[in-house]
Amino acid sequence: MQQFANPARFLKIANAVLPFVWTVTVILFVIGLYGALVSSPADYQQGETVRIMFVHVPAAWMAMFVYSVMALASAVAIIFRHPLADVAAKTAAPIGAVFCFLALATGSLWGKPMWGAWWVWDARLTSMFVLMLLYLGYIAIWQAIEEPGRAAMIARIVALVGFINIPVIKFSVDWWNSLHQPASVFKMGGPSIDASMLWPLLVMGLAYTFLFLALHLVCMRSELAQRKLRTILIARGRAN
Amino acid sequence: MRPLLSLMRRDLTLATRQGGGAGTALGFFLAVLVLLPIGLGPDQFTLQRLAPGILWITLLLSVLLSADRIFQQDYEDGSLEIMAMSSQPLELVVLAKALSHWLSTSLPLAIAAPFLGVLLNLATEIIWPLLLAMVLGSVALSLIACVGASLTLNLRRGGLLISVLVLPLYVPVLVFGLSASTGSVELVTPSLLILSAIALASLVLAPLAAAAALRAYLK
Repeated sequence: MQQFANPARFLKIANAVLPFVWTVTVILFVIGLYGALVSSPADYQQGETVRIMFVHVPAAWMAMFVYSVMALASAVAIIFRHPLADVAAKTAAPIGAVFCFLALATGSLWGKPMWGAWWVWDARLTSMFVLMLLYLGYIAIWQAIEEPGRAAMIARIVALVGFINIPVIKFSVDWWNSLHQPASVFKMGGPSIDASMLWPLLVMGLAYTFLFLALHLVCMRSELAQRKLRTILIARGRAN
Repeated sequence: MRPLLSLMRRDLTLATRQGGGAGTALGFFLAVLVLLPIGLGPDQFTLQRLAPGILWITLLLSVLLSADRIFQQDYEDGSLEIMAMSSQPLELVVLAKALSHWLSTSLPLAIAAPFLGVLLNLATEIIWPLLLAMVLGSVALSLIACVGASLTLNLRRGGLLISVLVLPLYVPVLVFGLSASTGSVELVTPSLLILSAIALASLVLAPLAAAAALRAYLK
């Protein structure tokens, strides 16, 4: 782990790996989208709208996965003082927030024909909404604090406090939902999923993961460039 | 132990004397309580159904809005740095300050709220469950607000940011608090036990997080 601590070495590896990651992403998306939009059958209940699931479900997975990445990076930053961990956590947040938004938006598009409403206060939707708020709070902290070192320290705490709370919030929202309305009405997916739909879903999940990896590397690279620029500008300001 | 007790005594004295603003939270609570029936309509039956939810949400907001008082003044006049340099662990200092905030702001509100529920035609048999749930829940509310206050210690527009950070964390307290006070007329329900668990867990975890944040600001 520590041997990747040097930003210059990280950049070298990232630059070498990125074309490969982008290629895999594109290939996976082509296969996954073909499976999702062309080869898989329409659902007998949901009709063609079931295809929304192939972009919706992986987005929801990624929204949760990226927050875990963020929390893990923050923990690494606190424990090992790894210099790239803060960069990793900071740049993961906007990507995760977009995945989260994508999950909410596609869910809403699916909900209109299925439930007859753009938005329903279902347990999953509500906890996804709260996750979105956690992302926004984390991003806002980086925006609000000017001094980078202090912002990093505060952001780590925000990420970890959020991460500890996510299971509690999820549990409480499930509890709340079962209190207010029976779950049977909003049971998603119906019967367990058929293989012809399962493989495109899994491929799409993998495609999203590689997309995140590629975007994350690009964002980390530009964040490092931004920091270097900042240091140069400050040094030049001092010299004048 | 004695330095912490005297710190709590100091904070409580400051909160109750002139300019302390302990009563302002109650004023805010009443102001919201007037606005809601105006916004929702005066129908007695609707108000009775919504009353526990309204009281809980108003309690959350009142505690949240009074949170910036916990550290702000001490940070500005430098006494927070002296507390951080004292022989007491910063975690315990934070705990003492959070408990004084609970005693001076959240607890009075939690006790008053169920009785102010009369204004909303609150069903009389749930006054006691509501009171118990609010007293226990307000411990967690104060401690979580304390984390938010330490994270946004000297930020411009800190007031808005603290809401975005803290309100999502209030979701479990709201859910279990509401379910403990409306589910049944029994006093001890599973929800109340979970609510107590949340309060106890935040009693341990919140001072750790808040002290870490304060250290980043005091460096």
